[in-house]
Amino acid sequence: MLWCRDAVFVQGGYTLSANLKVKANKVTAVIGPSGAGKSTLLGGIAGFVTQQSGTLSWNDLVINILPPHKRPISMLFQDNNLFPHLTVMQNVALALGTRLNPAPDVQNRIEDVLTRVGLKDLANRKPATLSGGQQSRATLARALLQDREIMLMDEPFSALGPGMKAEMLDLSVELAKAARRTIVMVTHDPADAARVADEVIGIVSGNAWAPIVTKQFLNNPPKPFINYLG
Amino acid sequence: MAQRTFTIITALVVAGLVIGPVTAVLWHGGGITVLSAADLSALQFTVWQAFWSSLISVTLAVPVARAFARRSFWGRSALVSIMGAPFILPVIVAILGLLSVFGGNGFVNVFLEPLGIPKLDIYGAHGVILAHVFFNLPLAIRLILQGWLSIPSERFRVAASLNAPIFKLLEWPMLCRIMPSAFAVIFVICIGSFAVALTLGGGPKATTIELAIYQAFKFDFDLSKAASLAVVQLCLGLGVGLVALLLARGDMLGVGFDRVVQRWDGSLLLDTSWIGLATLFLLTPLVAIFVAGLSGLTDLPISIWGAALRSLLISLGAVILTMLLALPLVTKAGEVASLLGLSVSGLVLGTGMFLIIQPYVRPSSVALPVTMLVNVLMALPFVLRILRPNMEAAKNDFGRLGQSLGLQRWPLWRIVYLPRLRRPMGFAAGLTGALAMGDLGVITLFSRPGEGTLPMAMYQLMGAYKMEAAYGAALLLVGLSLGLFWAFDKGGRAHAVV
Repeated sequence: MLWCRDAVFVQGGYTLSANLKVKANKVTAVIGPSGAGKSTLLGGIAGFVTQQSGTLSWNDLVINILPPHKRPISMLFQDNNLFPHLTVMQNVALALGTRLNPAPDVQNRIEDVLTRVGLKDLANRKPATLSGGQQSRATLARALLQDREIMLMDEPFSALGPGMKAEMLDLSVELAKAARRTIVMVTHDPADAARVADEVIGIVSGNAWAPIVTKQFLNNPPKPFINYLG
Repeated sequence: MAQRTFTIITALVVAGLVIGPVTAVLWHGGGITVLSAADLSALQFTVWQAFWSSLISVTLAVPVARAFARRSFWGRSALVSIMGAPFILPVIVAILGLLSVFGGNGFVNVFLEPLGIPKLDIYGAHGVILAHVFFNLPLAIRLILQGWLSIPSERFRVAASLNAPIFKLLEWPMLCRIMPSAFAVIFVICIGSFAVALTLGGGPKATTIELAIYQAFKFDFDLSKAASLAVVQLCLGLGVGLVALLLARGDMLGVGFDRVVQRWDGSLLLDTSWIGLATLFLLTPLVAIFVAGLSGLTDLPISIWGAALRSLLISLGAVILTMLLALPLVTKAGEVASLLGLSVSGLVLGTGMFLIIQPYVRPSSVALPVTMLVNVLMALPFVLRILRPNMEAAKNDFGRLGQSLGLQRWPLWRIVYLPRLRRPMGFAAGLTGALAMGDLGVITLFSRPGEGTLPMAMYQLMGAYKMEAAYGAALLLVGLSLGLFWAFDKGGRAHAVV
């Protein structure tokens, strides 16, 4: 379980309070109006946003004292997920270490994960030569290979078309669930939450609400979210 | 934390290498003296000519850089490299070239004479400004062109598809970011101008502080006066340098995948004209040197090759040392520390270093390493100005990703920063190498006969009125300077584009 206990995250002049528990091995969507603090919450959990107070723990491990790379978290950012000067293979290899020419056994693992996301034949291509969907697949492959228990998704597929976005979301959730990951994903679209999320965290006015079962959240939303959800 | 410590240590080394020699000169000179009316006049002229030289260079660079940014044609990349030539051209060689075009018997006056137009006189304040524009226009073009290239090409596509005003939306914000710092960098360069003022200026109306320092050393051996003027120059240079840093914002407009896309705006005729005029202005003196120098190559004495080798070694050493010092200093604080080197007269730095080492070794035996060190200190601010915006961009765009993947220290540099910096590093290394190759400063005061550098050997040939050989040496020097610049710049660009 990921537990934000009285956590306060500060970014610029913006403050977000979070007191919530995210269930392990489940998909939790983060929903709220633009500028409400969805990315701040994910940035705070990942360690990129200053945590002013409170504790953040994963199971029994307090993680807010750890730097980003030591937390059990892999993150898919909204953009700049791939280094443009490295090939797909090299970008994905970074999940396992800093060798850009990995040893044969590591290479096999990379090829395996690239096969799972459908990019095996594009391993030696650079990101600029890939479509948006293919770039997303490469990012997903690296996150899967990172072998960390929590996967944070800060709208990594927002630049894709609706069909491709839905396809990538389904693929991410399917592969991440198979790898027993806990997913926390930001979304603007309640339909995304309805399709893949077990629970929903609503964010409004600088407060992150405790997760509510998706169906309940969408059918009978808390008062502050009624207008947003329409 | 480790990186910050490394930065602080490097900054202290650089500061020590600058402050130590200045202190030594002050110590030997017996302290600061009151400036005379002539010194104040030199100060006034220095600021005046630097202001106009910078303003004209930056203003002219905007349309030329824009033309380069939005036109793709065969040989464009080579032309951009060649147009950078004047900035890296050995000053003494370039002045010979300018004289052959704008001098009393130059092409321009030969053309004007039959038209009854009075002859241009290149000597005096306007000659100093003309020469400074000649030297600094290429730098301004390159700096502003880098700004244009930093705008993700995808943005131009978006703007074109929206029929949005590209200049107002994309270019003007970039220019507001780049132009003030380009102006300030050129201003600092012009403040420290020596060879141009020595050859084209001079006299009460066109003496710069650097020239006044030289006169204090050479004719009066008045170390106190030289040191006092050096302090004035240090304050002036540091002040302007700090303003330049305040004006220079590291933020970029975003990141693209470095794709080159077609542009749909602008007039082809106008862009071609700007590129043509700039090429004519900047390359004609080079062509003049080439023509005159070609026949002189056969007259070169054998000793010139030894001098060329020494220059090459100084140059390569300066590149390596500059890069080693620059990488830990690619921060705002590091850039401030590096400005010390540019703010102090090279002559004062060299003299101070010699005064420090004099009790232990014979100055002439370390003339070459000291020349190299002075060149490193002079080049460092330019190198950092080129690298820092790119470093900031790399940190902004990929810092979080690197952190999330656990990339730290050397792996972070190897995998993220160095590849992202490869292109500007190549340019900066080329600049450093070429400037060190053509330097004719400290070496003239201390080296033994027959052990000097190529610029010095050329200077000696001119002094001996062996003009054919001097032109030949000039051509060799130009070839080596440009060759070095080209090799590093090209090396940086290769594989840097995705």
